[in-house]
Amino acid sequence: MVTRVIVGAHYGWKDWLAQRATAVIMALYTLLLLGIALYGGGIDYASWTALFAHPAFRIATLLFGLALFWHAWIGMRDIWMDYIKPAGLRLVLEVLTVIVLVGYAAWLVEVLWRPGQ
Amino acid sequence: MPTAAAGAPMSDSELPGRLPRAARPVYLNLIAIRQPVPAIVSILHRLSGALLFLVGIPLLLWAVQQSLASPDAYAALRASLAHPIAKLLLLGLVWAYLHHFCAGIRYLLLDLHIGTELTPSRQSSYAVLIVSLALTAIIGARLW
Repeated sequence: MVTRVIVGAHYGWKDWLAQRATAVIMALYTLLLLGIALYGGGIDYASWTALFAHPAFRIATLLFGLALFWHAWIGMRDIWMDYIKPAGLRLVLEVLTVIVLVGYAAWLVEVLWRPGQ
Repeated sequence: MPTAAAGAPMSDSELPGRLPRAARPVYLNLIAIRQPVPAIVSILHRLSGALLFLVGIPLLLWAVQQSLASPDAYAALRASLAHPIAKLLLLGLVWAYLHHFCAGIRYLLLDLHIGTELTPSRQSSYAVLIVSLALTAIIGARLW
């Protein structure tokens, strides 16, 4: 017997959950960065580069970035779905959003793991 | 127009202080509707999110890249961010981040069934607007 679910595509609740999980990750990172800045009594070039020289901080920043880009994808797609009615235009905007976000991710990797660091 | 009430359901026309259904204005124009505070917080959540996606993320990536490149690039970044127009743009993005952050926390609490009643949800909406603007003002005061 084939079990068929006939109501919707079911990506909605996963996206709903992902939007909240990524939000919590970003909020924690924000507080971490704020704590580091306040604890160190401000940031200058030496402390800033020392912070990014730390592998754990680079990985935490990458996780923040990935959470941000995933979060932005869901949010922007929701905006396109709500306000852009023509399907063709909406598809183009969604594809552009994905391209931009993957580009942002690559850019972040380049910033974090630039040669010589 | 009392005659319009004839076509309306009895329950509507009998309610005191209510216009009969046919005489009530129908506003589907979002600009014409006076939005409740939670709706304003909601639309600002979208606007700030879109702003952060389009302007905030690339600017942040560029700034972090510059800041880590060399002491000279770090100093040059600080100098270019000291320009009044740059500060204004930065302040707008700081507000967008703070509003998105505060409104997001409010939504997480609502998801946990905290403050879902009408009065607390209105109060938390005001709190989101006020806290994010106040924090923006504090950061703005430190920027200038």
